[in-house]
Amino acid sequence: MRRLILILTLLAGPVFAVQPDEMLDDPALEARARAITITLRCPVCQGESIDDSNAPISRDLRLAVRERLVAGDDDQQVIDYIVARYGEFVLFDPPVRGVNLILWLAGPAMVLIGAAVAFGTLRRGKPEAAALSDADQARLDEILKS
Amino acid sequence: MIVELGHFALVLALAVALVQTVLPMWGAQRGNAALMAVGDTAAGVQFLLLLTAFGALTYAFVTSDFSLALVVNNSHTAKPVIYKISGVWGNHEGSLLLWATILALFGACAAWFGSDLPVALRARVLSVQGSIGVAFMLFMLLTSNPFLRLASPPMNGADLNPLLQDPGLAFHPPFLYLGYVGLSMSFSFAVAALIEGRVDAAWARWVRPWTLAAWVFLTIGIAMGSWWAYYELGWGGFWFWDPVENASLMPWLFAAALLHSAIVVEKRESLKAWTILLAIMAFGFSLIGTFIVRSGVITSVHAFANDPERGVFILLILAVFLGGALILYAARAGVMEGRGVFGVVSRESALVANNILLAVSALVVFIGTMWPLVAEVLWGRALSVGAPFFNAAFSPFFVGLAVILPVGAMMPWKRAEIGRTLRSLRLALVLALAVGGLVFAVQTGRSALGPVAAALGAWVVMGAVVDLWTRTGRGALPARLARLGRLPRADWGKATAHAGLGVTIFAVAAITAWVTEDIRVVQVGGSFDLGAYRVSLDEVNETTGPNYQTTMATMTVTRGDRTVAVLHPEKRFYPVAGMPTTEAAIGFGVFRDLYLVIGDRQDDGGWAVRSYIKPFANWIWAGCLMMALGGFLSLSDRRFRLAAGARKPASLQPAE
Repeated sequence: MRRLILILTLLAGPVFAVQPDEMLDDPALEARARAITITLRCPVCQGESIDDSNAPISRDLRLAVRERLVAGDDDQQVIDYIVARYGEFVLFDPPVRGVNLILWLAGPAMVLIGAAVAFGTLRRGKPEAAALSDADQARLDEILKS
Repeated sequence: MIVELGHFALVLALAVALVQTVLPMWGAQRGNAALMAVGDTAAGVQFLLLLTAFGALTYAFVTSDFSLALVVNNSHTAKPVIYKISGVWGNHEGSLLLWATILALFGACAAWFGSDLPVALRARVLSVQGSIGVAFMLFMLLTSNPFLRLASPPMNGADLNPLLQDPGLAFHPPFLYLGYVGLSMSFSFAVAALIEGRVDAAWARWVRPWTLAAWVFLTIGIAMGSWWAYYELGWGGFWFWDPVENASLMPWLFAAALLHSAIVVEKRESLKAWTILLAIMAFGFSLIGTFIVRSGVITSVHAFANDPERGVFILLILAVFLGGALILYAARAGVMEGRGVFGVVSRESALVANNILLAVSALVVFIGTMWPLVAEVLWGRALSVGAPFFNAAFSPFFVGLAVILPVGAMMPWKRAEIGRTLRSLRLALVLALAVGGLVFAVQTGRSALGPVAAALGAWVVMGAVVDLWTRTGRGALPARLARLGRLPRADWGKATAHAGLGVTIFAVAAITAWVTEDIRVVQVGGSFDLGAYRVSLDEVNETTGPNYQTTMATMTVTRGDRTVAVLHPEKRFYPVAGMPTTEAAIGFGVFRDLYLVIGDRQDDGGWAVRSYIKPFANWIWAGCLMMALGGFLSLSDRRFRLAAGARKPASLQPAE
């Protein structure tokens, strides 16, 4: 039984994301590698970055990213290299161009529209022309009467 | 036998819910008091029946009744009792039963405690509430019946996902559901008000406590889930912008907007139509959240239990309730004339700004969550939207919210002067800038995120303090302190919740900006530096737990000559589920957590070790708890207990 469990444990594979043996000696280059790998999605997992994922393919991708960095690619070239092989699905950070502009601009656009509608409604309300509210009017009458 | 009883109770509850949907509404339209009164009885009976069904399922789990398919798939005799119980809702069918039971509980509460509500309004509210129950019980019985028996029961079960066998997660779903489903009350009140064509201050007084309660539960539920992710998933992340997390964040944001706009309805009789819309949207997004979680339409790390075919049914429920309510809204919203008029600069307009920012941030989360689906359907493109997008597109709204919060919270109603409000906030502003400057000076060469967030957090917290202090009026210090204790609980609640938001905003930025990480191979007996600490790996042992095998390390953390903590990170293996999990060991501290993870044995005999210093980690959840506490304080305010009499003077006036 113990042996069986041991075998199963080994089959289950690493429980770990980035392994010490993958890391680059140059801290600056390693930091760049980490910054890139947290934005790349593991192609076979459910919503994990290759930095967090334990899947073998993620390890391959982490190593590939580091290989390209050591070869002298800049960050964008590394990302393009991975995207060329695995498609834009691996990008957690959707590029700000094409149809993705809708995605990126939706928030600011909604705030502007919301603010414009609210401001327009308020201006139409014309607070200067507004009479006292009923409660205030009642209170005023009370004060005037006494 | 008991299982059949539960099954029968569920079917009966569906029948009762049907009665509750039809008769009170009919009675309210016809002015028939007897028919309307049926709603109260039905709501109570429906809840008791669902409680029976839920109890029966719990019994099946606790006694490991493996003739039940659900128990076989989600339980095991070796599992600790607490996880046998939490296993009831740790799966699709059982969680729906919990959903329906809580839904019925809220309906019953409206019947039991709503004796001061106008009879027709209560009847309509209960009818709408009943119809939601009908939909979900039909869904359960037709597609996801928890009471299905197996012809030949196996000897033992397949166990609950080991990641879910955790005390933090055991009670995460019930709280979340109390929140999701609590918003159904606001929804029912909104639809009932649309049918009646009447919204007034008294209506807002009844809706606000329900919304507040739902929001408090959501806050606690989300915080628990995030805390669980922090210590259980093994790398100390606390929020992943996962679709399932987003599903809970969207109703939270809408509920937050709703409880602020309901204040305007209550105090100023303004923003009525907008508040109704928010109430519909808040519950609508709860349903959308249920759809996202239960249909598995969007792949996610949380997709533990889902089935795409069921998605269609939930989509139908979503279309009927959200679509129906919105159509009703389009037809009737015009009736909701606002009465209070207010200036461009006023408390009201500040709350409108709050609403816009909260609603838009929720919609940004929604668009980001749905975008991959949209892109696939419209353009056949498989793309992803993850944390980098949400951090960039969502955060600015919360920064904006935090900037205007202290100012808006102190502005007078109707018409305000920004200059005057800012003058009373001078101290808070100076302190906030000082904190930001100090942090900038102490940290050298790091990102600007830390100092900015520290200033922003201090601004919100100090703003809440100044707000509370200003409420004590003028005069000598002892008199003001005495008055501070006598302030309404709603004022304390407001200040506490706002300060909590400030604390959370600061902590999220701090942990992101100042985390220290180290990944290396360590030999047993070896040690390494981690920031100002020294960590040594003393030993690694193999032992067994109740239903798992574990590799447990003993690691000592020292600072100078002082031993700070002895921690035991584990690597577990659950043989029944065939799943390994990491159990990080965390040395909790007020200003930092030490977070240690043990990995695999390396070829050279050493162990892979991941270690972190997570600054201000606990402040994230402390801030959430402050927000929840603020909600509770507000909820216990005298005003809500007196809401009963609120409508009487209004009804004396002629209808306009």
